[in-house]
Amino acid sequence: MNNFFDNCSNYLFKNKHILLLLFLLPPLLWLGIIYLGSLIVFLFHSFFYLDGFTGKIVYKISLNTITELFSSPANIDILIRTVVLAASVSIGAAFIGFPIAYYMAKFTSPKMKIFFYLAIMLPLWSSYLVRVYSWKLILAKEGIINWVFSKLHATWILDSILSIPMIGGPSLSISYIGMFLVFTYIWLPFMILPIQASLERVPNSLINASYDLGASKRQTFYKVILPLALPGIAAGSIFTFSLTLGDYIIPYIIGTSKFFIGQAVYTHQGTAGNIPLAAAFSLVPIAVMTVYIYVAKKFGAFNAL
Amino acid sequence: MTIALKLLNINKSYADVSALSDINLEINDGEFFSLLGPSGSGKTTCLKVIAGFELPDTGQIELFGKDVSSIPPFKRDVNTVFQDYALFPHMNVKDNVAYSLKIKKIPKNQQEELVNEILSTVKLLGYELRKPSELSGGQRQRVALARSLINKPKVLLLDEPLGALDLKLREQMQIELKNLQRQFQITFVYVTHDQQEAMSMSDRIAIFNEGKIEQIDTPKNIYNKPKSAFVADFIGTTSIISKNDAMRYFNYSSAFSLRPEFVNINLENKYDFKVDAEISDIQYQGSYYKILFIKEGMIITAFYYPNSNSNLNLELGSKHSLSWSANSITDLNE
Repeated sequence: MNNFFDNCSNYLFKNKHILLLLFLLPPLLWLGIIYLGSLIVFLFHSFFYLDGFTGKIVYKISLNTITELFSSPANIDILIRTVVLAASVSIGAAFIGFPIAYYMAKFTSPKMKIFFYLAIMLPLWSSYLVRVYSWKLILAKEGIINWVFSKLHATWILDSILSIPMIGGPSLSISYIGMFLVFTYIWLPFMILPIQASLERVPNSLINASYDLGASKRQTFYKVILPLALPGIAAGSIFTFSLTLGDYIIPYIIGTSKFFIGQAVYTHQGTAGNIPLAAAFSLVPIAVMTVYIYVAKKFGAFNAL
Repeated sequence: MTIALKLLNINKSYADVSALSDINLEINDGEFFSLLGPSGSGKTTCLKVIAGFELPDTGQIELFGKDVSSIPPFKRDVNTVFQDYALFPHMNVKDNVAYSLKIKKIPKNQQEELVNEILSTVKLLGYELRKPSELSGGQRQRVALARSLINKPKVLLLDEPLGALDLKLREQMQIELKNLQRQFQITFVYVTHDQQEAMSMSDRIAIFNEGKIEQIDTPKNIYNKPKSAFVADFIGTTSIISKNDAMRYFNYSSAFSLRPEFVNINLENKYDFKVDAEISDIQYQGSYYKILFIKEGMIITAFYYPNSNSNLNLELGSKHSLSWSANSITDLNE
């Protein structure tokens, strides 16, 4: 018996590709069948359509559903609203995240760095719902932000911000500004960590070399540090952008009554039973991300990798 | 002679550790000056202080008579070649080399001319569009040199620039560096831990040890007249004879250092210093043997060059008579 196992192990040692295959097969099957397979089946539903009379899905390949998606102004509104919000959240997170990441990568002692890692990761350990609901309380009319502004006799500032058309609303908790704030807060770790990792790989001697060659701090930032951090910013924005595109909880809790892609998918495949239209809606974030990554690559975001 | 660079009473410490203590240096214009010492001796810190990447706690730095102690690195008229070359990985060779010209907003056609000129000097024409990651170590080294030299700096600081190259390439680059320095007539401040490199290239050397300068002198004087046991030991091979041993075996009143090439083996004649010792170790070096002799704890190193009519008994433990003349030793104060 021992001999048999010995022979097996010798055989696998000599034929490494078979060993590799044995190890990789379960995760590959998982990824291929359960994840990608079901995703493809779901997305393929966007080529079917709902019979308007019976309310049943017609399993015939056609572009009916996709035309329906793009011909309805309400749907176009949803798409534009979601993409604009996702883009603003990504930009906001990059602006807030970069200085934090830079400080972490270049100015902290190893102990401080651990503290920063914890401080950034800790919110991720608590429930997403809890954090979103606490933001609702913070942003509400009775919340702490309103309270601070009223104590400072500065409610007029808040009111004038909220009276901006489109992004304003009755209170921060029911406005696009509020959604922007909550989204930016929730996804910030996903922006900070990749930027920090890319800055960590920029040796100080490069920064010194730039000074040495006569570049001021500002020039060094734009010519050396920023280009080298760009892959990190691109990676972070892919997270924040795609996560915002697909989320339906924050728009539901914080937002106005206007729909975002996530909510549209949720209602269409749930209550309405219109799986083809839900699938067509889900195609959009994938298409947008593909275009985004392609454009980022064209602009050289990954050149410094 | 003009003094290019002057350091006055420079002190620098990190936390409680003193990295530089009371450094005084004067480097002449056009000189090839080396800062030599073991790792952690403060030579690189000294270079960083000159470049402006580190500010000294006390003391003054003068460049051609002008106090630059509190001027940031991008306003100092010195350029640095970094140990890891510090080439910008996202730029090609041409953009790396032209970096300082772009910062200075020099017209495009003039940039082109200067870049071509310097690239031909360092023999890198044709490599303009390569990224640093597509170059060999020696080529990166040349790009780093070109990038610093294109500014025509008055003082060039080099931080162990050849440390990452293999021996053959290093020897070749040593000659090229020396030629460049002559050609551009720039003051070179060269940090190295390789004594052979410092000896063969420098006009003068400052020997660093534990944040202090032990000796500043020409390579010849440093080798032949070391001022301290540290210098004697650090530069080349030497035997250091303690005061006790000197008194006991040679009736000589001072500790001294003895270079192995001055030790005669089994040559009975009029020499002032004589001692019988046993062979304790032999290292074959190709054209010669490096032999360690021992006499009750006193160790003397000697070189033995074998030729057709000499036959030395090279057995471990065999006894030989060693001798050398009084003018081949250097007194040391212990």
